[in-house]
Order: sequence, then structure tokens, then C-alpha cells
Amino acid sequence: MKVHTTGTTAPRRRALALGAVSVTAALVLSACGGGDAADNADSTDLASAGATTLTMWVDAERSPALTEVTAQFKEDTGIEIKLVTKDFEQVSDDFITQVPTGKGPDLIVGPHDWLGKFVLNGVVAPIELGDKAADFQESAVSAMTYEGSTYGVPYSIENIGLLRNTDLVPEPATTMDEVIANGQDAVATKGAEFPFLVGMDPKQGDPYHLYPLQTSMGVPVFGTDEDGGYDATKLELGSENGAAFAAKLKEWGESGAGILNSNISADIAKEKFNAGASPYFLTGPWNVPLAEEAGINVAVDPLPTTGDQPAQPFVGVNGFFISSKSQNSLAATEFALNYLTTEAVQDAMFEGGGRPPALTASFDKAAADPIVAAFGEIGANGVPMPAIPEMEAVWADWGGTELALIKGQGDPAESWATMVSNIEAKIAK
Amino acid sequence: MVDQLDTPVRSDIPAPKTKPRRSPDSTAGLLAKILLLGLTDAFAVYVLMALFMNEKWTILAVATAVTVLINWIYLRRGGLPAKYLAPGVLFLLVFQVFVVVYSGYIAFTNYGDGHNSTKDDAISSISMSAQKRIPDSPAYQVSVVEKGDVLSLLVTDPDGGVRIGTTGEPLADVDGAELGSTGKAVGAEGYRTLTFNELLGAQQEITAIQVPLGEDLDEGILQTADGSNAYVFKPVLVYDEAADTFTDTESGAVYTDGGEGSFITADGERLATGWKVGVGFENFERAFTDPDLRGPLVSVILWTFAFALGSVLLCFGLGLFLALTFNHPNLRGKKIYRTVMILPYAFPAFLAGLVWSGMLNQEFGFINASLFGGADIPWLTDPWLAKFSVLLVNTWLGFPYMFLVCTGALQSLPEDVNEAARMDGASAWRIFRSIKLPLLLVSTAPLLISTFAFNFNNFNVIFMLTGGGPRFSDTNMDIGATDLLITLVYKVAFGQGSGRDYGLASALAVIIFIIVAVISAVSFRQTKALEEVNS
Repeated sequence: MKVHTTGTTAPRRRALALGAVSVTAALVLSACGGGDAADNADSTDLASAGATTLTMWVDAERSPALTEVTAQFKEDTGIEIKLVTKDFEQVSDDFITQVPTGKGPDLIVGPHDWLGKFVLNGVVAPIELGDKAADFQESAVSAMTYEGSTYGVPYSIENIGLLRNTDLVPEPATTMDEVIANGQDAVATKGAEFPFLVGMDPKQGDPYHLYPLQTSMGVPVFGTDEDGGYDATKLELGSENGAAFAAKLKEWGESGAGILNSNISADIAKEKFNAGASPYFLTGPWNVPLAEEAGINVAVDPLPTTGDQPAQPFVGVNGFFISSKSQNSLAATEFALNYLTTEAVQDAMFEGGGRPPALTASFDKAAADPIVAAFGEIGANGVPMPAIPEMEAVWADWGGTELALIKGQGDPAESWATMVSNIEAKIAK
Repeated sequence: MVDQLDTPVRSDIPAPKTKPRRSPDSTAGLLAKILLLGLTDAFAVYVLMALFMNEKWTILAVATAVTVLINWIYLRRGGLPAKYLAPGVLFLLVFQVFVVVYSGYIAFTNYGDGHNSTKDDAISSISMSAQKRIPDSPAYQVSVVEKGDVLSLLVTDPDGGVRIGTTGEPLADVDGAELGSTGKAVGAEGYRTLTFNELLGAQQEITAIQVPLGEDLDEGILQTADGSNAYVFKPVLVYDEAADTFTDTESGAVYTDGGEGSFITADGERLATGWKVGVGFENFERAFTDPDLRGPLVSVILWTFAFALGSVLLCFGLGLFLALTFNHPNLRGKKIYRTVMILPYAFPAFLAGLVWSGMLNQEFGFINASLFGGADIPWLTDPWLAKFSVLLVNTWLGFPYMFLVCTGALQSLPEDVNEAARMDGASAWRIFRSIKLPLLLVSTAPLLISTFAFNFNNFNVIFMLTGGGPRFSDTNMDIGATDLLITLVYKVAFGQGSGRDYGLASALAVIIFIIVAVISAVSFRQTKALEEVNS
């Protein structure tokens, strides 16, 4: 292998060079033209331009469930819907950057907590559900509502619950103290390895999964305004019970009872629960099928309380959004309102993804499965994950502080107060 | 660019008489030339037209010049170097210069979340969101009808009454309404009802129809999004085009263009959706004056240098050592060893980061559980151990490359120099230090510099292994002991509450670019000295 290579290797044939130039020229031209030249606002009316295609961005998991309804839509209206499978991690950022250029899709599938950012960047159009709103679960519609306008057609609701291995603990418990006692009992007498499992990120903690324990002590993240939306100016993390919850974290943590272990990542927790090493696993419906496959007898219990308030998990609602710059907004609205809201589609989405449907009729059918019903019941008690952009300022400090406490570092009251003032400073920026 | 390409070159090389190979003037060559140039030009014309339609004059001028230049280069006789240089120069312009210039431009804007597009976009999107359905107002069934060129909405009240209206003309009674089977009005005398396909053809016009409910605008406006249902809306904000202001219909607050890419009231109340504007040096100022950044920035810069330098030395040292070992003439099974050595190189870096992050788990990781017999070593959560782990993993990832490079370089060293030295009685170490290493460095030094530059910006390893943590306790920002400048940029610009800030990210990236460029320039100058060994 020769190390010194210089870039100017002359191609043998002129044709090669020419080919390279034409490609390059194309790239130069398209790069120059790419940035903001694509704003062809007046050329894509369906009939005049002869185009009969809507584009929709979906992730790989949801794409199959939608093929049938898009085929139906094409048969009825002649409009083809192109499903473009995108990487879930990237899709919201791509949407925000591409919609203004006119190159974005007409529709996009995603969770409701993207909404705040979408609205902030002006990339989604409001959609009026009208009478159809009543067909959906209330929490699903309220999650899709941002500053008084509805922006999406919901299709699924998801939240965490407490999985219990019925072989190790036969009866459900209602408080965290009972859960811990049962767990420790299972460790002592039934050969379990861990009293309680929750998947943590060893570097960032996991406030999402611990949230119901926090809310049951009366410490929500944000307060709400008169419309019921979250109000970024009311950071409730700093309410008086915050320090008490922080103390609990330390008490449960590695320097205390060892119920919470920052080294147990989501994968390890799943593996241990499926191996029957723990009676409890605080997680979402997505981990149930694997546990059942592993031969665990799973029951889903209501979330245990720590304080005197209900244990409210974050509820995530997935839905369909319409781009604010869609040139085919009427067709997109037609599709979203009259096709995606049907029972058949919501059933298909449930079968494809396993997330409880947002349409009440579909949910009732799915709830024949006790697991779905149990998660649904817990979700009815939950709160929508805040979609306000300020939520981004919260995660890192919140997770970091919880992680430190679980590791037994720092004074609970002090570090919680520092966290609150840090978050307040970031939001104020 | 033109200067470069224009340099006089001896053009009329007499064609070689011996072999009539596919020379530029052969028929096939000419055809290929015409075809490829034709394709390029066809595409260029398409792009130019699109640019013309969109009235992007500057880019149009540049694109035209480039097209003309390409044609001129390839159509004229002679100018061979230009023909070879053109693709390279164009690639350089597109992939290097354009990117750098564009980042530089972004660094002087407020581009980011909330300042995402043009002012027109922001206005239309604010107006769109400001339309709120009047609570508990009924839904109206509508048909879209046409008279002359004007589209109107034929509205069926919830209680069965039929009225008609269009933008600016409030609902009025209509004659000869024709009702469909569900009691919805589907036609009226003197009007033609649009079919569904026609609706689709006129989507923009239909969704733009705003029918006042009555003479008083406060009663609300009927609007349809799908051509079959309409709802009563009332804007909470009204845009006044002449004054370029938004007015809150309830509080009467007036939002004006504050000059910083958003609408703002006199008391600083701001509408969330803004647009992109230039902000001068503000982003650069923030990078150096933000009290939360200034402190940690020093330790991050020091660690970045330590990490990049350490990575290069460790990778090179280990790679060279193994290359020397496996280069021994008497060693058997070299191929197998070499293949095994290269394995980590075949691993995608981010995947390796994740796998190692699992293996270094304090309690359940392979390293602690198996290698250290259940020890409790906080590999990734103690600041110094985390730094050590990051270096370790990066060495594991990087040494195979150095091993390859050194093996190649070693094999190309002339054997006679070695022998001569041995004859003179030099020890193996002496031969290595005085002959092999200097010769090796001549060819590998540029690679070491580029490896340094690469590791200076080694995002994957840090992000996947430690996420930059453990966190510093003396800053509000989510910055930690193993954060490099590049991960710091990522966190500061994309994850600190105010949403993504491409402007700030670009400004910081430009600063990093300058640092790396200076180091590289200086180092390359230094390596010139090495090359003198050879000449």
C-alpha cells in the first residue's frame, strides 16, 4: 500500500472526464438552486399540473398498516399517496428544515410532543376535527391541541404501566412501599434477584419512567393555564414536595435500599425481567410481547403511588399532521379527516404497531385484550407529555439530578433546588 | 477560477501516429463528448429555467456563468489541463468551498428553531394558527359552487336552512336550492357545482375562501378545509399589511417587526414564530461572553487537545508496534494475525461506542463482571476514568488503521539500507530509531495530522460512549468531563432549551474550523522538514 497519493490522477479517457464534469455541473447547479429556489408555490395544483400525488413521511413500523387505506383512497379519489419511510430519529428535524423550502411532505406521522416545535417553526397547519373529535379519547385530542388549535389526527395512545410477574407476586399492590416490600420478599423467599426494575440510562437517568412516582407526590413538571395547556412560566418542579421526592430517590437509590439502580439500562432491565429475575418492571406496552414470549405470566398493575396524589404517567399520542405549506391541503385534509379516522384504519394501525388506538370504537375492540385494557386505564389517568418547546430545557438537568441522587451523590434538597434554578435560567433565555 | 483554467498551455500536441486509440478526435470520443455535454446542458437549461421562474437572479447569473464556462472548456480545441482540472475544481467548490461559505453565512444569522424561514412564511403561518374555531360553534355542511370565475360556498345550516356566500360577501339566502339525499344542499340556480376532481384542482382557492357569517365581522368567518365541511373561525390576531403589524383582537396589543426576526410588542411580548435575519457578530459574541460557556470552554478545549493528541499517539504507537512485530520475516501465519488485527476497523464507530458502553457498565458490564471479577469500577461515571475509557475505546477503534498504514509503509522501505546498517553493526533499536522511523514518518506524517484533525472532531465515540459526561458541576449547561468541542457545539446549539440554534452552531463550528486549520497548516509546515530526510 502506497501512502503518498496525490489527488490528480488523470483519467485515461476523455469520456470519463466529461462524465465527471456533467455530474459535477449537475451538482453545482442543483446545489446553487437547491437552497431556496424550490418555492414553486403556483405550479402544483393537482389538476393544472396533472399531479395526483400526496407525500407522507412515516416510519418503517407504521408504513405497512397504511398501505391498505392509501390504496382505498386512490381508488376513491384517484390521488396516490406516496409513503416515504424515514428514520424516526431524523424525521422531525427534516420536516422542520424542509417544509419551508417547499420540498417537505404533505403529511407526517409522529408523536404529539413534536407539536410545539412544529408550531414554533410554523410548519404544521391546524386541522378542525369537528364532530369527529367526539369519537376520540379525550386525552388524545387534548394532546393534539396546542395553544387552543388542534393540529393532528390522533391514532394511538401510549403510556407506561407496572408489569408484574404473577408467579413471583400473585396480588397487585397499590403503593410503592407495598411494591418494594413484595419485591424484597420475592428476593428473599422466591429466588428473585431484583425487587424492582426500571430501565435507566446510566448516563442521563430516566425522568420519563420515574414521573408517575413524582406526580403521586404532587410534583408535576409544568403547571397549566386556563385552557388546560402547559404554561412554561409555571415550573412546578420547584414546588415544596420536590425536595421530598428527591429525598425518596436517594432513599431508594444505590446508597439506600437499592431499589433503583442506575446501572440497569433499559436492555438489562428487559433481559432480567424476561429471565424471571424480578417481580416488577416499570415499562410500556412495547415490552409486554417479549416477556410473554419468554414465558413470564404478566399482569399489568396500576402505577403505584408514593404520596397522596394519583400516579400520573406521561401519555404520548401519535398522530398525523399536515404541512403548513402543502400545496394539496384539501386532499390531505380529506385523507386525514375522512380516511385516517375510520375504525378500519385505526384497527389496522393497532394490529401493526400494538399501540392502543386513539379512536374510542377501535380502543374498545382492542381492550378485549386485558393488557391493552389495563394500559388504557392507566393512560386515562395520565397527563399528556408537554409539547411546549421549553420542555427541552428540562430533560437534561432533570435526568442528571435524578441520576446523581440515585447514585447517592449530593444532598437531595440542595441538588433539587439547584436543578430547578438551572432549568428556570434556561427557560428564561 | 477562470485565471487558473486559463493558463496558456501548449495545446496542439501532434497526435500519436502509431495507435489510432480512442483519441479526443475519434468518432466515438466525439459522440461521447457531444452526448455528455448535451445531457449536462439539458439539465443546466432545466435548472436555469427553474431559477428564472423563481426570480433568483444572483444564483441564475452564477449558474449561467458556470454552464458557459463548462461548454467553453470542453468545446474549444486544446486546453487539456483545464479539461482535467474542471471537474476537480467544481467538486472542490461544491463540497468544500460552498459548505464553508454557507456555514460562515449561517453563523451571522439567527437561523434555528423559531427562525426557520422567510418573513412571508412566518406571517402566513401566524395568520393560519391565529384562526381559532369559535367554541361550540356548529359545523356547516358546504358545497363549492361557481358562477363566472367566482367560487362560493353553498352552506347548509345545521337546522336545514340553505345560504350562499363568498369571500367578502356575507351569507345570503339563495334561490332554487337543490338538496341531496342527506338534506345537504348540492346545487343552486345559476351556479355550477364543482365535482370532487375540480375541488382538487382548485385547492388553494377553496381553502382561501372566507365567508363572513354576517355583516359584523365579529360574528366570525366560515372556512372550509376539505370542501364539504365548514366551521366558524375568528382570528385572535389580525395582520395589517400596510403597517406590517399583527393586532391581538382581544387585548388590542400591537406586534411590530422588531428587526430581530420576530413580531414583538412594546413591552417585549413576542410571537413565537419568527423568521431568519442576519445578526452580525452576535453569535460569536455569545460564544465568548456567555458566563455558562466561558468557564467549561477552557477545560473542554484542553481535553479536546489531549484527546486528539492522545488518540493519535496511542493509535500510532500500537499500530506501529504491531506492524513491526508482524512484519518480522520469520513470523508464521501473518495473514491470519493481520486479518484479526483489522477487525475493529470494520466496526462502525457509533456501534462500537454503544457496545463498549454496555461492556463498561459499572455493575453488569463484561469488563467489570468477567475481567475484574465483579469489581465496581466506575469506568464511565468517574471523570478521570471516563477520560481513560474514551481514549481506550478510541485506540481500539483507531489502531488497525495505523497498523495498515505502517505495514504498508514498512514494506515499501528499501531493504538494502537495513542491511547496510546491520553490516555496520547497528542494533535493531538503533536501526529502528535512526532509519526506519524517520523514513516511515515521511510517508505517515500527513496521515497523523489528518488523524489528529479527525479526532479533534470525533463526535461518534464521545456521544455514544459517555455522552460527554460525567457532568461538570460548575455550569448550568449540560457539559461534562469528556465533552469535545464538537459535542459541546452539538449540545449548546441543539439541546439547551431554546431549541436548535443553527446560527450559534455555525459560529462555534467556524471557530473550531479556524483552530484545526491553523494546527494543520503549522504541522504540515513542520513535516516538510521530515521530507528533507529523503532528498
